[in-house]
Amino acid sequence: MTFYQIIAEGLFFAFIILVILGSLITIRAKILMQTVLGLAVALLGVAGIYFYLGSMFLTLMQILIYVGAICIVLVFGIMVGYTPTEVAEKGIKDWRNKFLAVTSAVAAFLLILACVLKTDWIPAVADDRNFSVAHLGEAFLYKYCLAFELISVILLIAIVGSIILARGGAGGMITDHPTVEEVDAVQEEKGEAST
Amino acid sequence: MISNHLNSYLILAVFLLIAGIYGLIQHRSFIGMLVSTELILNGAGINFMAFNRFLAPDPAVGQVITLFIMGIAAAEAAIVVSFILAVFRKYRSIDPDEVKELHG
Repeated sequence: MTFYQIIAEGLFFAFIILVILGSLITIRAKILMQTVLGLAVALLGVAGIYFYLGSMFLTLMQILIYVGAICIVLVFGIMVGYTPTEVAEKGIKDWRNKFLAVTSAVAAFLLILACVLKTDWIPAVADDRNFSVAHLGEAFLYKYCLAFELISVILLIAIVGSIILARGGAGGMITDHPTVEEVDAVQEEKGEAST
Repeated sequence: MISNHLNSYLILAVFLLIAGIYGLIQHRSFIGMLVSTELILNGAGINFMAFNRFLAPDPAVGQVITLFIMGIAAAEAAIVVSFILAVFRKYRSIDPDEVKELHG
């Protein structure tokens, strides 16, 4: 094992520790902003893991899309509509939820771990191990053209849908929604007017 | 050389999956649940990339699927955040237990 291999292994462990620490912060933090920051740390670690799996392009995309875009969207979601103290206090009280969560997580972990360790993975016959971006782009434009087009349509629909949802319906800008009682009163008035 | 074995990546992906499941059940807000979902999706991405690196004949397949997962996650995050905003405006809360009423 040469010097560079030792450094590579050390970096691999560092990325694994980043992923584990980040996800532990994500699921244990009491403040929502810390939750999202833990997610960002975990996603950076996952980007490093992608590098070890041979894809430089996906490493960059992971940092750009996940750390750069999704985390920012989540931070906006927290800053616009979030009441800090209530949620934090409730997280500590509920033991039944915690019991359910631990049970299901441990059960899933043991089951999948048994599957992973018992399976005898057989590698396919490799025609070429071409991890270059040019090869990926060719695959996107010829063989997986449908996936490429689908993802653009899905993103467009998601953007339009989220704008409509955030503005408060297709009718236009509604800044203050009616409460349940107000809606019920209006419905009753309409019923009386028609009869 | 632990970075050259398929199992180490698969176990890391399983860890991300169970962290996501734990967070999904334990978090008491919609945003926390959304964040946990992102963890699960990343576990799936690591799985696809690991199988792509060690088992698949064509290395473009796993990358295409992982990019697809990233796109889905971005769309999902945008939709859910705007949905959370709409719910917060109506109920003044993002606790899933307090949002009980549906209207037709």
